[in-house]
Amino acid sequence: MSKQPVQKNEVSTTGHEWDGIEEFNNPLPRWWLWTFYLTIIWGIGYTIAYPAWPGIKGATEGMLGFSTRAEVAADIEAVNTQNEAINTRLASAELTEIANDPELNGYANSAGAAVFKTWCAQCHGSGAAGAKGYPNLLDNDWLWGGDIESIHQTVTAGIRNEENFDARYSEMPAFGRDELLEDEQIDQVVNFVMSLSGDPMDASLVGEGATVFADNCASCHGDAGLGDRDQGAPNLADAIWLFGGSYGDIRETVYNSRFGVMPSWDTRLTEAQIRAVSAYVHQLGGGE
Amino acid sequence: MAILDKHKILETNATLLLVFSFLVVTIGGIVQIAPLFWLENTIEDVEGMRPYTPLELAGRDIYLREGCYVCHSQMIRPMRDEVERYGHYSLAAESQYDHPFQWGSKRTGPDLARVGGRYSDDWHVDHLIDPQSVVPESIMPKYGYLTNKQVDGKHIGDLMRTQSYVGVPYTDEMIVNAQLDFNAQADPDLDYDGLLERYGEDSVNVRNFDGRHGTSEMDALVAYLQMLGTLVDFSTFTPDASR
Repeated sequence: MSKQPVQKNEVSTTGHEWDGIEEFNNPLPRWWLWTFYLTIIWGIGYTIAYPAWPGIKGATEGMLGFSTRAEVAADIEAVNTQNEAINTRLASAELTEIANDPELNGYANSAGAAVFKTWCAQCHGSGAAGAKGYPNLLDNDWLWGGDIESIHQTVTAGIRNEENFDARYSEMPAFGRDELLEDEQIDQVVNFVMSLSGDPMDASLVGEGATVFADNCASCHGDAGLGDRDQGAPNLADAIWLFGGSYGDIRETVYNSRFGVMPSWDTRLTEAQIRAVSAYVHQLGGGE
Repeated sequence: MAILDKHKILETNATLLLVFSFLVVTIGGIVQIAPLFWLENTIEDVEGMRPYTPLELAGRDIYLREGCYVCHSQMIRPMRDEVERYGHYSLAAESQYDHPFQWGSKRTGPDLARVGGRYSDDWHVDHLIDPQSVVPESIMPKYGYLTNKQVDGKHIGDLMRTQSYVGVPYTDEMIVNAQLDFNAQADPDLDYDGLLERYGEDSVNVRNFDGRHGTSEMDALVAYLQMLGTLVDFSTFTPDASR
């Protein structure tokens, strides 16, 4: 059944008329109108409760005293309070004892994994396998030592950075660029270094290379090329290469010298965080 | 109400409607924007802020040219997750010499507001040349050509003068020595005492950023990235909760 047409006389019109078409002035639905008024009242209340109205020099602060900064500070404080006991324990424990304490060890590994993924993964890889120029932390080949104390020291102060005086430091000379060795001596020593872990490119140069090595490289890399962790000098006899093990790669390293830089983390991370990530790295597989 | 009945005049006169619409928008804009120029708590004074050095300013221009801001924000919001990941939340004062600011509105890549000092120069160079070589999951494009393009800093003084027109406190001395300072920052063999004196001893990195001869766009960009967010010392900063 179709509705009866609205009688024109029951509702007044707005008075608008276009080409003979008139517009009814029906009242708004009550529920809609009251909701509308309520939102206005709520809006005024909101600007009284929260910071809102600008004045000449400042804005109203709101009766609830809300502040974004106070809120984030409280958020951080709440989590810190929650973890305070275990963080204090972690920060004061003997480094070597962390692994023997199941509770500390579990916390350190979970927290350390989070720290690693946030701050370390960009260089060392999300799986800690490293990349060319950035050491793999999964193997047992360590430049500066793989016991937990050494790892802790490396994370705390970093390597060859300008920001921390305690940063580990050493620098391989650029034997070619600074003309410390002749080109042919470099060829010889590169062949010798290759012979330590595999086949040289030109076996006839290995003998002379050994002499060059003993005179120029052994003081850091050791007589047998096994490296020296006190100086961050890599082991050259284990077929693990930070900057590549091809003839060209090794020659480039000897010619121009290459070494990595690691930031110090003691200004960015708390002692508990540094210990957590040290413990995490230590248990990845290569820890000593 | 008599005045409300007059709206027919506006509704039937397009030009008048336009003029009055413009008036309404103008009043709304002034009410919203103008107080910010006078409110004392808009920008707090923070110790350590300084204008960009000439090389950093050039690096910033390269950052703009390459559209880094399309994927990277420079604004750490005051939330716990962001503070834990990136460091202290950004302060308005840290963008006060940015024209235009680089807050950004989209994070395809991570926030860069405090990327300075977080990685080594070598990492930045490796990463800009081939991001996937260090971060295999990354979808960032390669910017290796930056190492091939040298910059001479011939016009950097002009850029600094332009910035000083909009309020960046570059002194005449800084502008006159712009070219010298530009060259010195990426070449530790040159005399960089003047640069440190003008911009601050502790806050300026003087290094051969890309490890290659000459001053390339890579040097400039890495110099800029390595200073981002490092100027304010947060160990001595006390946030004012009313801001």
